[in-house]
Amino acid sequence: MSEHVEASADHSVEHPGYGTYIKIWVILVVLTGCLVGVSHLGQTAAVWGLLTLTPLKAGLVFYYFMHLKYEGPLFKVVVLVTLGTLLIFFALLFSDIAFR
Amino acid sequence: MSTHASTAQPSYLVDTGTRKGLMAWLTTTDHKRIGLLYLYSMITFFFVGVGVAFVMRLVQLTTFQHLITAQTYNALFTLHGVIMIFLFVIPGLPAVFGNFFLPILIGAKDVSFPRLNLASWYFFMAGAILAILSLFTGGGAPDTGWTFYAPFSLKTGTNVSLAVFAAFILGFSSMLTGINFVTTIHRLRAPGMQWFRMPLMCWALYSTAWIQLLATPILAITLVLVILERFFGIGIFDPTKGGDPLLYQHLFWIYSHPAVYIMILPAMGAISEIIPTFTKRPIFGYKAIAFSSMSIAAVGSLVWAHHMFTSGMSGMALMLFSLLTMVVAVPSAIKVFNWVSTLYKGSIDFQPPLLFALTFIFLFCIGGLTGVMQGALAINVHIHDTYFIVGHFHYVMFGGTGMALFAALLYWFPKMWGKMYSKKAIYASWFPMFIGFNMLYFGMMILGMMGMPRRYYVHLPQFHTMHVVATVGSWLLILGLLMFFGALLYAIFKGEKAEDNPWGGVTLEWTIPSPPPLENFEEIPTITHGPYHFEQEGK
Amino acid sequence: MTEHVHRDDFGARLGMWLFLVTEMVLFGGLFIGYSYMRYRYPAEFHHGGSELNATLGIINTLVLLTSSLTVVLAIVAVQRAEKKRALAFLGTTLGLGLVFLIIKSFEWAAKFHHGLYPNSRHLATLPPGEQVFYGLYFTMTGLHGLHVIAGLSVLGVMFWWVATDRIRQDRYVHLENGGLYWHLVDVIWIFLLPLFYLAA
Repeated sequence: MSEHVEASADHSVEHPGYGTYIKIWVILVVLTGCLVGVSHLGQTAAVWGLLTLTPLKAGLVFYYFMHLKYEGPLFKVVVLVTLGTLLIFFALLFSDIAFR
Repeated sequence: MSTHASTAQPSYLVDTGTRKGLMAWLTTTDHKRIGLLYLYSMITFFFVGVGVAFVMRLVQLTTFQHLITAQTYNALFTLHGVIMIFLFVIPGLPAVFGNFFLPILIGAKDVSFPRLNLASWYFFMAGAILAILSLFTGGGAPDTGWTFYAPFSLKTGTNVSLAVFAAFILGFSSMLTGINFVTTIHRLRAPGMQWFRMPLMCWALYSTAWIQLLATPILAITLVLVILERFFGIGIFDPTKGGDPLLYQHLFWIYSHPAVYIMILPAMGAISEIIPTFTKRPIFGYKAIAFSSMSIAAVGSLVWAHHMFTSGMSGMALMLFSLLTMVVAVPSAIKVFNWVSTLYKGSIDFQPPLLFALTFIFLFCIGGLTGVMQGALAINVHIHDTYFIVGHFHYVMFGGTGMALFAALLYWFPKMWGKMYSKKAIYASWFPMFIGFNMLYFGMMILGMMGMPRRYYVHLPQFHTMHVVATVGSWLLILGLLMFFGALLYAIFKGEKAEDNPWGGVTLEWTIPSPPPLENFEEIPTITHGPYHFEQEGK
Repeated sequence: MTEHVHRDDFGARLGMWLFLVTEMVLFGGLFIGYSYMRYRYPAEFHHGGSELNATLGIINTLVLLTSSLTVVLAIVAVQRAEKKRALAFLGTTLGLGLVFLIIKSFEWAAKFHHGLYPNSRHLATLPPGEQVFYGLYFTMTGLHGLHVIAGLSVLGVMFWWVATDRIRQDRYVHLENGGLYWHLVDVIWIFLLPLFYLAA
């Protein structure tokens, strides 16, 4: 039984080198440090830190490590739709408990 | 794309690989065979569910109450719900007709991940077996209703843990199918098959697949939490530990409401395929129907708490969800208007698939409109947890999805088996089915309006007459179902050979032989126009 | 009979991303439950957070972030046909993943030692909000830990496939997909850190 493989590797997609990823990693470590620092400053600062720094870290992992930046629009839309859906679940759920 | 040198491929029903017989079917990666595997198992489960309902209706004849205990009755309505919802309506049309026809409708040889497709069916069967096991092991058959509400589901001694684990496994089947269909539609459309040249069934399956991906995992985690509560007492739903039963309801319905759109969207897709063929004209408002499928998927994810209006939610939530529920009715209505507009001044060819498609439209409208009624807060207070709700959802799930599944079966039967059934037998089965259906479920809506609560083993004397009407209706309905499936079963073995295109359809499945060859197409077609292109057809 | 296998790397990645969608929603449900309960019991969640070992949590965050780096460096190495480097990076990823699990098990063991585990008698004496906090803590970090184990298994297979040239410069979509899964495991922990360990 012969296998006839037609390759359709995407050669149009960029592939960053070692350096790019190491730089991102450094930023992530620094952001983690900021997050820890901010969490010692008191409740409101901590919450704001969580709400901004954490998605930023996750965003860097998605965008660079998971290659989202270099993929076409489809994958970006997929991720955004998913996050948007979760946000809507969260918001509508809070319309209940925040007003009880 | 590669093509075969030979001109006549054998039909997919012939074993051509190294394995033969049952093993060839159990190890197949052919999407058509997988569709049939789903069909045979689902119809079996359907009739088990029907049998359970038959017993339940007997109990409501009051004189039969000594047959079973109240505990057993609770187990029966739980089992009926679990079987019908998780093993029949949710897999429903996507598992059977999506698997069988999606690749053909877009001009492909199979789905993107054929082995994952087979795995989906195995997850389905594993879930079914686990659900059956839960009846006979542990504390016995669950008695919580298919909704497994906390805190009772956390405390009852019955085998809730195994039953919800079964549902958890079934969720994998649904999610993997969603992954497969989205990828297939994005990647395997034939040359020239632009998005807006796809048959509407494909749009329906695409929207449904997205719901399967985005909603099912919420159910998965909710069920895991129930199991963790029962075994480890983690306390998230248990009020004695600070948990909130309402959180359970929210999480449960965040999946289970979109689930009803998983049930209905492919059904509507099938109707959108059938109507053009039997009116010999393109569907009215193709883009409106395509967009309405996506809108129903989107807006349908925003309305879940209309199942919770009497639960103690905030006034803000009540108003918000009631408003959103009214909004979600609009895209469904658009579809109904468009189907009817297609029929108007069309060249009607009255055949069994069309009869059942029209039945769908009629029964779905009743179900849909009663749904809108229930979305009104003032009405909901009176009819929540009554038989009105039971009537409503049977109209949409059975009168809707069920009838559409029957219509799709009648439509695509000749293509799938290469045989034709007796149209007279099908017409004959329709009468007891239709009459019985309405006696049973309209009767229920009357009962609900009168105040009869659901999930009750007994009833007050004033409800008795209507219960008798409903039970007799159930017998007629079951008779019709047996006649219907009897006729189809007979036709599979002894039916007359069918032509490749007995209905004069113009979508891609009608251009290939009946039954289809293993790889669907001798040569992948190039598409140059929309899907309902009747102008050039002689018929 | 000739079998024509059409290779579709983009489709394979799309399929993986769609699977990650389901994982995001799975954990998303837990995060929604967490926010629901935190809204109800702000003080108890704050107190519960102070009982957790923030240092270990931060160390584990750095461990996973680094493992995310090494897995993507492994992919770059494969793209450049640098097989030995790829294996070194993959091996490091696996090692770091194991370190994470070891630290986690120490953490949990310490909790159990203090009588803090689901259904324990000590837990039942705590205020309801704190019981829910620990219930969520064990559930979310436990489910995450299961995914770490799954991710390590997948990457272990990938290690084998690189070693046996089943993954190579002209054919590495499986490694990419394995890496995607591992990155998601990392992202989930990125959210778990502040929600539990920095809640105080």
